[in-house]
Amino acid sequence: MGHTLLEVQDLRTVFKTKEGDVKAVDGVSFHLDAGETLGIVGESGCGKSVTAMSIMRLQRPGRIVGGKVLFNGRDLTKASESEMREIRGQDIAMIFQDPMTSLNPVFRTGWQVGEPLRLHRGVDNVKALAGAVAMLGKVGIPSPAERAHDYPHQFSGGMRQRAMIAMGLTTTPKVLIADEPTTALDVTIQAQILDLLQTVNREFGTATILITHNLGVVAGMCERVMVMYAGRVVESGPTTDVFAHPKHPYTWSLLRSIPRLDAERHEPLRPIEGLPPSLTDLPRGCAFHPRCSFKVERCSRDTPELNRVGETQLAACWVTQSGTELKGA
Amino acid sequence: MPETARAQLKKAWTSADPLLAAHGLKMWFPVASGVLQRTVAHVRAVDGVDIEIMKGETLGLVGESGCGKSTLGRTVMRLYDPTAGTVHFKGEDITNLRGEALRTRRREMAMIFQDPYASLDPRQTVGDIIGEPIDIHGLAKGRERQDRIYELLNVVGMNPQFADRYPHEFSGGQRQRIGIARALAVEPTFIVCDEPISALDVSIQAQIINLLEKLQSKFNLTYLFIAHDLSVVKHISNRVAVMYLGKIVEVAPGGQLYRRPRHPYTGSLLSAIPIPDPIIERGRERVILQGDVGSPVNPPSGCRFRTRCPRARPHCAEEEPPLEAFGAEHLAACFYPLD
Repeated sequence: MGHTLLEVQDLRTVFKTKEGDVKAVDGVSFHLDAGETLGIVGESGCGKSVTAMSIMRLQRPGRIVGGKVLFNGRDLTKASESEMREIRGQDIAMIFQDPMTSLNPVFRTGWQVGEPLRLHRGVDNVKALAGAVAMLGKVGIPSPAERAHDYPHQFSGGMRQRAMIAMGLTTTPKVLIADEPTTALDVTIQAQILDLLQTVNREFGTATILITHNLGVVAGMCERVMVMYAGRVVESGPTTDVFAHPKHPYTWSLLRSIPRLDAERHEPLRPIEGLPPSLTDLPRGCAFHPRCSFKVERCSRDTPELNRVGETQLAACWVTQSGTELKGA
Repeated sequence: MPETARAQLKKAWTSADPLLAAHGLKMWFPVASGVLQRTVAHVRAVDGVDIEIMKGETLGLVGESGCGKSTLGRTVMRLYDPTAGTVHFKGEDITNLRGEALRTRRREMAMIFQDPYASLDPRQTVGDIIGEPIDIHGLAKGRERQDRIYELLNVVGMNPQFADRYPHEFSGGQRQRIGIARALAVEPTFIVCDEPISALDVSIQAQIINLLEKLQSKFNLTYLFIAHDLSVVKHISNRVAVMYLGKIVEVAPGGQLYRRPRHPYTGSLLSAIPIPDPIIERGRERVILQGDVGSPVNPPSGCRFRTRCPRARPHCAEEEPPLEAFGAEHLAACFYPLD
């Protein structure tokens, strides 16, 4: 592992709604080292995508109301819009869930993939296209020179996601943020894209933040994982440790609630009862406590901070911070 | 299905006659083009399927988007008129039933849909949504109807007082419970569950799976459970059928399918599904398929999977492999099966 590339400190992003301010990201802190893959997992509305958008300063209409995003020592929350435009695409690239809506339907794919080269490297159209074709080949598009002339609708879903990845990589960024990159794809295509992301990470040394709701994808892809719930980080640590000994009841229950392909016998699933809370009406104390089977009296009163639990993990839980092991029938 | 395989299956299920059986089933949709909107081709969504669903079992149906699994579910329910083949329900040929006769038969069937947001009428109260099938089939009136709606809400784990509320007041998981209550209103014996949990949050999915299992044993239901997530399908199903480009390529009990897949497509599908365990994941070998699924308008000759198959040989392009028996309850359609 290399040095710290990106450090997020106490990030807070708020959306104004009719029902009051929604704290979509509520004090999130983490770091990303050079060359590593960090997973961010959580359900819809937990703040994982808004965290990524805030790093890129694309959180609008939300507002960043606190915290820092340090990239190479520079605070991106204070950077000007033109500085951000330099950083986006050049230093930090982002790919999205739906490659159809994130590619422009009226421009040829090769033109779009070459855009970062024209904008950030100042190369001419011919060189940009050549760079795009080379990168399309590297991400596994067959006959890239011909396909570069196609429009996005002529590509399949998996090919469009490859084109998006190619666009992100043309300027060899240091950080790639992939927000649910395979959620819209079929499993066999998902396997292709995940394999490509691993190759990119290995060959270009690109540090990757992989945002997903799929615990299986995290298990296979990420060295470290961070679990979010209702706008906050509830647990983080090395993936093997978090999966083997979760230190937050949400992680613990989530891992036990999903059916596993390799299950030997049929056992009833153990669901998490209740619903994820509404961000406009969060419970007092720990946001997970109404659904938690380990809760103690304090959990409905005070909000726990993310603190070290065990050797390698951080967890925001009064129960495990007091030394109690999570166990159950 | 070749005669030998069918005979072997019959032997395995001598005690049970199929509740539903489809043979040689095809469902093609016309593709129109030009000023005159002439039919220029067909989307062969379901293209020769043999399948039998035993009373009380859950048959899982998996495949990637566009493989025809939803169309198959709708065709066996006779929501479409099949292009070819037959559908038998409780031994009766329902392939050509129409009007009142079809409506009567269909009372025993119900469907649960993927999107709990789109499948409930936003202007109807929950009570009216659940009451609609009761009215259509004239099952109950007045006080009795009301009691039935309350009872159904209770059965799916919802407060009967919610009958007066509207769908938008509920979360995705609760809406799916309403959809399930509506499906149960006709007291069906057979339910097609079409991706019933894929639109739900991870922590809610297990609640709905457990509910479906509970209802199955309580009301003796038979399910056709359609989904793309093989982990979920394996969990809930007795047997799993794998579909590729309009064809069933393999059928087997879930555990057996996982331990010993015979069709190369099943093998790569299984290897592509991530297991939420970092240590196991690290040791797994992935068979990464090249390319994309072929077109159902113009499917490849012979075996439809051959264009992506790592084991394909020239013979695979010339002849279509039939479903053959590999052991008691295991069928696969491949000339060069996995060991």
